[in-house]
Amino acid sequence: MKYATEFRDPKAARAVLARIAQVADVLGATRAKPVHIMEICGGHTHAIFRFGLDKLVHEGVEFIHGPGCPVCVLPMSRVDECVQIAERPEVIFTTFGDAMRVPGTRKSLLQAKAEGADIRMVYSPLDALQLARRNPGREVVFFGLGFETTTPSTALAIQQAAREGLANFSVFCNHITVPEPIKALLDDPHMVLDGFIGPGHVSMVIGTHPYDFIARDYGKPIVVAGFEPLDLLQSVLMVLDQIRDGRAEVENQYARVVPEHGNPVSLAAIADVYERRPSFEWRGLGEIDASGLRIRSAYAAFDAEEKFGVGYAAGPRHVPEPEGCACGAVMTGRIKPTACPQFGRGCTPDMPLGALMVSSEGACSAYWQYGGARATEAAE
Amino acid sequence: MCLGIPGRIVAITDEARQMAMAEVSGVRREVNVACVLDRPIGALVGEWVLIHVGFAMALIDEDEAARTLDALRDLGEAQEALDAMAEGQRALEGRA
Amino acid sequence: MNAAPPPRLRDTRVTLSHGGGGRAMRDLIDEVFASAFRPDTMEDQARLTHPALAEPGARLALTTDSFVVTPLEFPGGDIGKLAICGTVNDLAVGGARPLWLSAAFILEEGCEIALLRRIVATMATEADKAGVRIVTGDTKVVGRGAADGLFVTTTGVGVIPPGRHLAADTIRPGDVAIVNGVLGDHGATILAARGDLALSTDLVSDCQSLGHLMEAAIAAAPGLRAARDATRGGLAAALNEMAAAAGVGIEIDEDSLPLRDEVRGVCEILGLDPLYLANEGTLVAFVPEAEATAALAAMRARPEGRGAVAIGRAVAAHPGQVRMRTAFGGMRIVDMLVGEQLPRIC
Repeated sequence: MKYATEFRDPKAARAVLARIAQVADVLGATRAKPVHIMEICGGHTHAIFRFGLDKLVHEGVEFIHGPGCPVCVLPMSRVDECVQIAERPEVIFTTFGDAMRVPGTRKSLLQAKAEGADIRMVYSPLDALQLARRNPGREVVFFGLGFETTTPSTALAIQQAAREGLANFSVFCNHITVPEPIKALLDDPHMVLDGFIGPGHVSMVIGTHPYDFIARDYGKPIVVAGFEPLDLLQSVLMVLDQIRDGRAEVENQYARVVPEHGNPVSLAAIADVYERRPSFEWRGLGEIDASGLRIRSAYAAFDAEEKFGVGYAAGPRHVPEPEGCACGAVMTGRIKPTACPQFGRGCTPDMPLGALMVSSEGACSAYWQYGGARATEAAE
Repeated sequence: MCLGIPGRIVAITDEARQMAMAEVSGVRREVNVACVLDRPIGALVGEWVLIHVGFAMALIDEDEAARTLDALRDLGEAQEALDAMAEGQRALEGRA
Repeated sequence: MNAAPPPRLRDTRVTLSHGGGGRAMRDLIDEVFASAFRPDTMEDQARLTHPALAEPGARLALTTDSFVVTPLEFPGGDIGKLAICGTVNDLAVGGARPLWLSAAFILEEGCEIALLRRIVATMATEADKAGVRIVTGDTKVVGRGAADGLFVTTTGVGVIPPGRHLAADTIRPGDVAIVNGVLGDHGATILAARGDLALSTDLVSDCQSLGHLMEAAIAAAPGLRAARDATRGGLAAALNEMAAAAGVGIEIDEDSLPLRDEVRGVCEILGLDPLYLANEGTLVAFVPEAEATAALAAMRARPEGRGAVAIGRAVAAHPGQVRMRTAFGGMRIVDMLVGEQLPRIC
């Protein structure tokens, strides 16, 4: 595969790993006193485990797995609202596969489907639009989920529906943004992070400037990275180089895909269709100011919250997180997944308690599935 | 978050709706190209794009990709030189 | 040969009367099933004898499997082919020579008879190829909506020759893991063929019978310990089951895994891991290291095994656990999945 295979060359990796080790040694990083680098994006977490990067890098470099998995940070109340919409007889509820297994307070979408709700997995919001065209007698609702990478796709789908006058199509909007939770993490007094790997695909939409505050106001380096293993390793090296040189800058390792100013068409579509909510609830992190988007009133006809009177439209509500769940502490880098008292006991991929165990992108699930912790324990 | 993969535009399927056929390792899927329309739609054929949930979200810049790979290659060569020096050093010490 | 009697079955779709025990059912059985499977008797039971059974120490092997798939016909096969290959393979990987099958059908009212004929014809062809006979069967019809087109259950009987004992708990550290060909073709083909993801590929299912291949492998490598066909849950599930049964660790090498480009493509697009994709004609066998070369050569000499490769080995470390050396030089655990793999965006 072009643009993938070249970035998986083990020979080149050895050189980068050796350089990482050299810089880590210069910094005096050790297993006991590591440099903490947060990869914000769940896709990066997945790649780190898939390629075993956590065990290849110098032991003084520790990855902290960030909040960038939209499925993991979706609060239970929103899942409940999905189920509520999906169980209406006139509704065909469409969703990305990731969201099917996320537990709500009563049930997941997978369970609601088993009980008779018409829930269909789609690959794209375009497929939901197509379903709406083909089923004029039904209400097709798309579960709009994801960060800035995914937001343009639902915005464009809504614009297309408006052009076609597709009155039976709507989006249940749960789009969230990256910079705000990063700011919340940086404001956390327990924060231990030394630098960031920035989300490559979010950045191809928003560009690199939205991260300027991380370097300018908080003095932390951030390198926007691609998703192949060499991309990640090179970015780790770039973060370490910045720390060694006493620099704090926004650098772009993923220039083949990420333009400095983002994608103008995507940004215009987002601005046209969405506006910021005053605040949005994150699983494990609580309410974060201005971190979520809602559909503008001009497109209210395509807003499932308005159409079905659920969600923020139905007034404030909060569902507490399950007892004993330490997802918040894991996500802020205060503890490793294995340090959570519930990890592997009350919380496994079979019976997830917390959000980070739900999606394969979640730090805890990745730890479990790829044996981040277990493999190390066994080897010791 | 945000699974995105490189694919090549092989045909335009619906100009009005800005749809094109993309190919990833021999697998074809129709994608929306609105976000990468910096030229007449027909001129996209043959271009590599980054695909996410059925949308071409960015054009892949071949020159930038080459630059990144060059930087990685330079690192590799520098490392090989260092390794060779260390090897030479060890050999000398071994002989001594 | 007598001239064929004129057809009595004129319906184009299955109706409830085809399950009613009357003439309509008799016509369906005669003209669709019996004409293709040609059983020796139309009694309600098959009466079986075989010289292999008379050998002292020979054992009977019995297995059963139900088949449901959407779509019923897909590139490279249909539900009937799956129903033959799946059960034949369950016998074969246990070291049995597959001999006889039964086939039970649950038909949904409205199922097209032409489709049923095609599926039955595939079953007859595939049974011939595998060297088994379909000797008895059953048909039920259920109302519209109570089944998805049609379901098939096949039960298979085979004979294990004297002295042959294939079992996962005989795998020892050092044994070599071999697969007979590419991984994930079936799972990726079905995902694309369902159409709801709007992917188009030239992929075809790997669905095939593995009885002859197993016999060839055992003849060349008489110490062959155990084999599994890597169906649901893919190679990952098969290896995990074997590691657990044997109390050994298993290490595989990502670089050695045979994968078609299109399967990689489907996996990249949907965020799936090919190790978990279903196969319907792919097995993994463990053989003592000294016999690995012979087993590979014997498998490669057959069309079902042309792509045979060693993918890893059993180890004494981390008993019960499967690990993979990634193409990138890292090491990771390959666990079993909780449920079905779902396409992901993130």
